[in-house]
Amino acid sequence: MKPEGQLNSSSDRLRDPSAARPPRTSIWLAFVSIGAVIVAQTYAILTSPAEGDMGHLQKIMYVHVPAAWMTFLSFFVVFAFSVRYLWQRRENDDLLAASAAEVGATFNGLTLMLGMIWGRPAWGVWWVWDARLTSTLVLFLIFVGYLALRAFTDDTQQKARWSAAVGAIGALNVPIVYMSVKWWRTLHQPPSSPATLDPRYTMGLRLNAIALLLVMIYFIRKRYEIARLERATEHMAEAAAMGGK
Amino acid sequence: MTWRDDWRRVRAIARKDVTTELRAKAGFNSVASLGVTILILLGLALGPDAEALRNASVGAVWLATLFSGVLAFNRSFQVELESGALEPLLLYPGPRWTIFAGKLLGNLIFLTLMVAIVVAAGIVLFGVQIPADWPSLIGVLALGVVGLVVLGTFYASMASRSRAREVLLPLLLFPMLVPVLLAATTASKALLGADVMHEAGAWIRLLVAYDLVFLIATFIAFEHVIEA
Amino acid sequence: MVNGQPDRAINVIGLGKRFGARWVLRGVSLEVRRGEAVALLGPNGSGKSTVLRILGTLLNPNSGSASVNGLDVVRDASGVRGQVGYLAHTPGLYDDLTARENLRFAADMLGLPYAAVESSLERVGLAHVAGDRVRGFSAGMQRRLALARLVLQDPRVLLLDEPYSNLDADGVELMNSVIAGIVRSGGALLVALHELAPAKAMLDRTLTLVEGRIEGAH
Repeated sequence: MKPEGQLNSSSDRLRDPSAARPPRTSIWLAFVSIGAVIVAQTYAILTSPAEGDMGHLQKIMYVHVPAAWMTFLSFFVVFAFSVRYLWQRRENDDLLAASAAEVGATFNGLTLMLGMIWGRPAWGVWWVWDARLTSTLVLFLIFVGYLALRAFTDDTQQKARWSAAVGAIGALNVPIVYMSVKWWRTLHQPPSSPATLDPRYTMGLRLNAIALLLVMIYFIRKRYEIARLERATEHMAEAAAMGGK
Repeated sequence: MTWRDDWRRVRAIARKDVTTELRAKAGFNSVASLGVTILILLGLALGPDAEALRNASVGAVWLATLFSGVLAFNRSFQVELESGALEPLLLYPGPRWTIFAGKLLGNLIFLTLMVAIVVAAGIVLFGVQIPADWPSLIGVLALGVVGLVVLGTFYASMASRSRAREVLLPLLLFPMLVPVLLAATTASKALLGADVMHEAGAWIRLLVAYDLVFLIATFIAFEHVIEA
Repeated sequence: MVNGQPDRAINVIGLGKRFGARWVLRGVSLEVRRGEAVALLGPNGSGKSTVLRILGTLLNPNSGSASVNGLDVVRDASGVRGQVGYLAHTPGLYDDLTARENLRFAADMLGLPYAAVESSLERVGLAHVAGDRVRGFSAGMQRRLALARLVLQDPRVLLLDEPYSNLDADGVELMNSVIAGIVRSGGALLVALHELAPAKAMLDRTLTLVEGRIEGAH
């Protein structure tokens, strides 16, 4: 019996048909998010008085604190899309989780650096084992592990499944890490960061949080768009390999 | 009686892993020797002041356990990969979680034996006085080892098949183990009476919660991770 | 014929598989009916092993579909695993266990009684070394032990990857008689070979795979 003839590659059931046309992130989101950052920063710098201990260095807070929030938020995005990938196995969810992880790691690194710059005048040293700073560092290491796993795995399906599992399980650990580091520190000494905030600073902080949220959405969308384009290139190579000689 | 079949698979994998590791002398002996060697190096680096050593003892034992444990986890999958036995293992019918459970049980037995040696060496080398409440201390140790083995076995199932297994496993595993390290060392110190500020009970509850959360999560996720 | 028709043991349609940027399979289609023995020929790197590994649920295809006895290898992977007996290049044995322990492990995993272990050891002529560790076995003996595991399993569909390597004349005869027994009782065989000779007598037809496509069928 003769084997069946060449099959059209469009019968591919493992491939997402929408992969052929990647989304385009419109340019206005870039302008809006940059504009929002400028407005929020300007507002915060103009309205906030010099703080008692820190003076104008306090203004670091307007990036440092929202960046920390965005770090946690991106961990949540990684968790949600990782779980949905394992559930439905849609390639796009994997790409979205990976994009969120990269952006989250960037915000996480920013948080750490600004925390150290803050710490130098506040505590006289670049690093203290402060509860928040330490747990942020551990989260950064979890992101690093996730991204390293993706870098060291070749097969795209294996990469997607493994990193989804690592992303979901890593995100589960976030509250546990946070709690354990807090206990570890605060049972020794009171928390080193002020728990209550002067109301004169809150508005600026909120505005900057919204601005950085827009930046984060733009970054994730843009990174996702690039990842989709990369996949689309691979799918075209596939079509060429399956169809033509 | 499928649960009986599943249990038979779990037992067979665990028994096979422990037998091969104990027979291939290289396995257990080298991993346990590494643990003791790390302890000796830490003693040299931190000593010779007896008081300083005693304070560092719990942390030293845990670090030695983590570093040598990583080797053991990678080995447990490498033995399958080297001989091409992972493929037949994956081809047996039946649920895949039995493979994870078997590996987990095997690694737990292996690590328990290793930790016993490392702890005994730590007590001698760091001059630890055994407290009256030593059963609680063993309990803390056991809970910590369970957490270590659960995540170690899970991550090794991926890392051992990736391009950079030696570096990838600790990179994935160690940050995840921060709560275990903090809880186990702080609770042990409290029980040893070195640190009266901390209460061991809360940390023990944290360890129990950690073990349960990740035991459940890894059992669910393993199915997705092991498939080719 | 429709996919899943009972007389088709293996049905493969438009299979594509990629490793990184390299396409190993570029649209392979083939079928093996019940009671049929088919060889997959082709040079090294032509994709023979990849076809077998996809059929054995060890790899997922990037495109196309494959089924074994009507069960899809992706959606019904656990069902497929219950049907296929797969023999890879490497025997896949544990060096630090004895021959008997290796087979008892297989019996545990397959849910079979230990008594079956002894009879399959005898069938492949390894009963006299059952208590020896596999580490000391020659390559040919290890092949025989892997064959004993296949005898123990008694699968419906055989996927064999270069099964004759390292076997002596007796071993080849033994392999062929085990295969023939399974195929004749309604099983099926797909065997990857680089050399046709040892299997020629029992094959129904051959397919040739070149650079990830079926080029010739006889």
